[in-house]
Amino acid sequence: MIWLNVIIQGILLGGFYALFACGLSLMFGVLKVINLAHGDMAVVAAYVAVFLTPHLHIPELWSFLVVVPIFGVIGYIGQRTLIQKSIDRDPFTTLLVTFGLSVVIENLLLEAYTANGQTVTIGTLITKSWHPTSIIYISYLSLMVLAVAVGVLALLQLFLSRTGTGRLIRAVADDREAAQLSGANYRHIFGIAAAIACATVALAGIAYGMMTQFEPTSGGVNLLFAFEAVVIGGIGSLWGTLVGGIALGVAQQFGAHFNPQYQVLAGNVLFLLVLAVRPQGLFGKRTALA
Amino acid sequence: MSQSIEGALDRHGLITVRRSTHSPIYTLVGAVILVVLLSAAPWMVPAQVASTLMNFFILVIMATMWNLLAGYAGMVSIGQQAFVGLGAYATLYLALKGMNPFVTVPFAALSCAVLAYPVTYLLFRLRGGYFSIATWVVADTAMLIIGTIAVLGGGTGRLMPGLQNLSPSETAHYSYLATWIVALVVVVGTYYLLRSRLGLVLASIRDNEVAARSAGANVRSARRIVFIIAAAGCGAAGAVLAISQPFIQPTNEFNLQWAAEMLFVSMIGGLGTIEGPIVGSIIFFVLQQTLQQEGAWYLIIFGTFATVIALWQPQGLWGAFRDRFHTELLPVGHWVDRTDGSVKVPKN
Repeated sequence: MIWLNVIIQGILLGGFYALFACGLSLMFGVLKVINLAHGDMAVVAAYVAVFLTPHLHIPELWSFLVVVPIFGVIGYIGQRTLIQKSIDRDPFTTLLVTFGLSVVIENLLLEAYTANGQTVTIGTLITKSWHPTSIIYISYLSLMVLAVAVGVLALLQLFLSRTGTGRLIRAVADDREAAQLSGANYRHIFGIAAAIACATVALAGIAYGMMTQFEPTSGGVNLLFAFEAVVIGGIGSLWGTLVGGIALGVAQQFGAHFNPQYQVLAGNVLFLLVLAVRPQGLFGKRTALA
Repeated sequence: MSQSIEGALDRHGLITVRRSTHSPIYTLVGAVILVVLLSAAPWMVPAQVASTLMNFFILVIMATMWNLLAGYAGMVSIGQQAFVGLGAYATLYLALKGMNPFVTVPFAALSCAVLAYPVTYLLFRLRGGYFSIATWVVADTAMLIIGTIAVLGGGTGRLMPGLQNLSPSETAHYSYLATWIVALVVVVGTYYLLRSRLGLVLASIRDNEVAARSAGANVRSARRIVFIIAAAGCGAAGAVLAISQPFIQPTNEFNLQWAAEMLFVSMIGGLGTIEGPIVGSIIFFVLQQTLQQEGAWYLIIFGTFATVIALWQPQGLWGAFRDRFHTELLPVGHWVDRTDGSVKVPKN
């Protein structure tokens, strides 16, 4: 029964990792850009939720209604300016530029809001949970985050397969030159993909801020978890990302069960094992492999 | 190697090929003066200045290694702090076993090289940005594992033994000299490495990887060698870091900030040149010393500057200077002249 609880907690945690990772997966799948500032942008979204929403007189729980659209717009503009400029140079430059952004964002947050921990206040929801037995407890918040993750992935899947814009995004992702020859404006398509990715990042960042304390440097470790989820699940597969996130979450919970010190380590070990044994991941194509 | 290139091109009698844009004797004289001055520095300058110089050398070592990785072999590692940390902890471990901390430095570098070898087989399965984040995972894993080892101080850290029987000024002088010697070995070693056959392969990968492959260069093995050398160099930097700041702590030795500094310094100075990381380190220290009362602002300004450079001036400051004035201090390539001397085309 204890192990069942460990697995359930792992699945719940995995939902959060999948939500965090789907933006990273989309950015790589379409733009072929690894955004090293991914985690820091999520942290910025959480800071915006904490420091902006009191001025708007809405509960912080609903702050995502404001923050997510803002981040979508930021994503589009950021892509059309800075990121497109670096893509035009080479993939190497996108890494340097997004890493530069990551360090600058972290230190700006440090200067503006100090290193103190913050949380997105959600009242009593944080303590509410469901106890089917005496050992198993399921926090409503974690369940909601998992549901949001599954919902976002399903919507994204529907959007990519059923809408005209979605088909354009897949066309550009598969073969940019051919899509361009057919009249697709790939820069605009890239912008839309980046906008969606940024919107999911904002959602993940706010969820993170609700679940735990965050500080300016929280972005890095979350980028690592998102990245591990993507690689374990298989690069280029949206549902693979969910499975990867869950596998990572379960591994971390198993590690934490033995010793809290082992939580992150167990996840890293699973990642390195997958890399050694099945480098294309559980559901992946062999695109990102050397 | 240079002999054969010059011979091959010279046969046509139209062009001449030279290593250097000016007589190498000037560089040699300048280098000797610099080495003598910097070796004598701890006895001539205030302790504060010597300690700043020491941190400067550590940054030069790391940036030179990072530049080999990214500037020549095209590998953007954001996990080099793994080897800085492992080098520091190798020194701590050997010192705990009773070895003189100053003697441990080459052993720390060697153990990092040995550890890096199997790691390449994992990391080289990923490319581009996935390789980058995977290096970070490796660094994170190394930090977490070290943090569980109680004899090395666990997560809270431990004081380096073996330095307490020296007087403070002796410690300061010796650790300055150790750092300076490591920096000198790393920079001079890189210079000769880049003039060797491997250096030619690396320059060809830097300029055009596909062309290098089709000309028969073994790109993967060249990358592996560079990764191992960079691990050893960063390990040596970690070892001298552990001696100069003798309280060893996982979060400090394995700090991502090392990777950030190596990257920014190399980019600003100029990737793919030996002088670039040194120029970048000088700019970094001037900025850091000027803004040291202002908290994290030096990193914000430096990071923004590096991003701007990456977008608009990717050869970096030294690269721009070299292209404008056709000059190199440490020539590793070849300059091709028409025999009438009218046009100069830099060629590596």
